[in-house]
Amino acid sequence: MATDAGSGTGLYFDPMAQFEVKALFGGDIVNWYTPTNVTLWMALAILGITLMLVMGTSRRAVIPTRSQSIGELAYGFVYKMVEDVTGKDGLKYFPYIMTLFMFVLFSNFLGLIPLAFTTTSHIAVTGVLAMAVFLTVTILGFVKNGPAFLGMFWVTSAPLALRPVLALIEVISYFVRPVSHSIRLAGNMTAGHAVVKVFAAFAGIVALSPLAILGVVAMYGLEILVCFIQAYVFTILTCVYLKDALHPHH
Amino acid sequence: MEGDIAEMGKFIGAGISALGMGLAALGVGNVAGNFLAGALRNPSAAAGQTATLFIGIAFAEALGIFSFLVALLLMFAV
Repeated sequence: MATDAGSGTGLYFDPMAQFEVKALFGGDIVNWYTPTNVTLWMALAILGITLMLVMGTSRRAVIPTRSQSIGELAYGFVYKMVEDVTGKDGLKYFPYIMTLFMFVLFSNFLGLIPLAFTTTSHIAVTGVLAMAVFLTVTILGFVKNGPAFLGMFWVTSAPLALRPVLALIEVISYFVRPVSHSIRLAGNMTAGHAVVKVFAAFAGIVALSPLAILGVVAMYGLEILVCFIQAYVFTILTCVYLKDALHPHH
Repeated sequence: MEGDIAEMGKFIGAGISALGMGLAALGVGNVAGNFLAGALRNPSAAAGQTATLFIGIAFAEALGIFSFLVALLLMFAV
């Protein structure tokens, strides 16, 4: 397969093996209702969010505890992002965006734990999130603006001769949105975790093992950054799409 | 030697698609560098533009990720 860097030492290492979906309680058949490692880590992500946001802030102390201040920080961060990008009337959709942000963030971060499973590395997971955003935003655009929403594709500020060309480009870029939205997140997570594993595979070769330690530590640090930035990017793009739906004429 | 010519083509194709990631790196660097150049000229306006910076980086990076996806598809799916 991709790497057998350690074949001389009897260590076989496949960096993509960590992304395999397995049934939790044995068996090879995975149905839609089978508990798998994907569902387990999604449930853990939701449990983590609940613990942080519900349990952490339940005391509502004036002087916040650590978990409460992290929860307040996350809330304020997303709230400000929604307000900055979509404006005041976008705040109605803040709960949805907050949910998306926390879920993606926790899934990304939980995937960094050794032996954990990164649910957001699967396009099946991110694709559903992105399609949900796409459908929500499109339906919302038509509900809020009626047929005038289609004016988003007809750029009136451009010269008349250019408008059909621009309309074509705008339509294509509109329908590519859910694809790029989902693949960006899944691709970043897959790539980052696979690179960590590739560096870990160097540990099987004695001459390269110091490189393995350095590489894993460096990539892990980078991955912590990437996990946050990708959750941020996913959320802010959702906000941008929402802004387009609410104010199609800029 | 083992495998056939199609196998070889898969590996060569995956290697070539890795070039796309390097080109995306140029794009991301361009976005970040220009942001920094602008931010150092007018630091007071920089804080309000970080969202734009990340959106720009995300769009530039998406194409590099697409090339990574092509490499993955060649290696594991084709």
